[in-house]
Amino acid sequence: MSEYLFYIVAVITVTTAVYLIFEKNPVFGALYLIQTMVSLAVLYILLEAQFVAAVQIIVYAGAIMVLFLFVIMLLNLDIKEEARNPLPFQRIPAILMGIALFTVICIVIRSKLLQGKQDQYTTAYVQSIGNTKLIGNLLFTDYLLPFEITSILLFVAAIGAIMLAKRKL
Amino acid sequence: MITITHYLVLSAILFTVGVTGVLIRRNAIIIFMCIELMLNAVNLSFVACAHYLNSMQGQLFVFFTMTVAAAEAAVGLAIIVAVFRNKETVNIDDINIMKW
Repeated sequence: MSEYLFYIVAVITVTTAVYLIFEKNPVFGALYLIQTMVSLAVLYILLEAQFVAAVQIIVYAGAIMVLFLFVIMLLNLDIKEEARNPLPFQRIPAILMGIALFTVICIVIRSKLLQGKQDQYTTAYVQSIGNTKLIGNLLFTDYLLPFEITSILLFVAAIGAIMLAKRKL
Repeated sequence: MITITHYLVLSAILFTVGVTGVLIRRNAIIIFMCIELMLNAVNLSFVACAHYLNSMQGQLFVFFTMTVAAAEAAVGLAIIVAVFRNKETVNIDDINIMKW
């Protein structure tokens, strides 16, 4: 059952991602990207990362993409803007380079270079305590310093956005 | 049986689509969305590795990636709005004042 679900969701994810890069209207592009993110949340649930799936929908589909849609609609972009293309020969080489990059990544995946050692958080152990509780425990003990630095990063980003939005730069 | 390779290949496809989008599009906002797509692809490989290695670190790093993505989206969209206010366009071919 979960195999079929994986294949269906994977096809939806890749299809919407491809639609995003060939879509002329930025609003539809943003909606396709929202669908990609929701499908990724389904994949996270299949991977037993329930809290990450919830945060994916709340933060990405809910906050970041709404910000994108807000800016797209605020700027009221002209769709015909992309019709004038001064580099018409860039598209085919770019797609070929993308295929080459995919090949290189697949070679790395197949080469068994990616090895790691097994940790203690098996499925049974995680389900006995709870995914969210374990993440919270780790975040506030072992990863406390990165967590605090994250708060500084968000603070700086907020100040930067306010500075850039001033009337006179 | 779905193995870790399936997830890593899916992540590679999404990353490649994101890179291709950055290369072929001219609209700065769509380029930004493609960068978000690449960050999401990396998140997927993090969570897949964490699941198949019985680890928790992968899921934790996803949160840090999301924070960076949120900060990047806020600042980047502010830059795009500022550029649009000055030049009345978000087409990156017209924003070439730093080109040597």
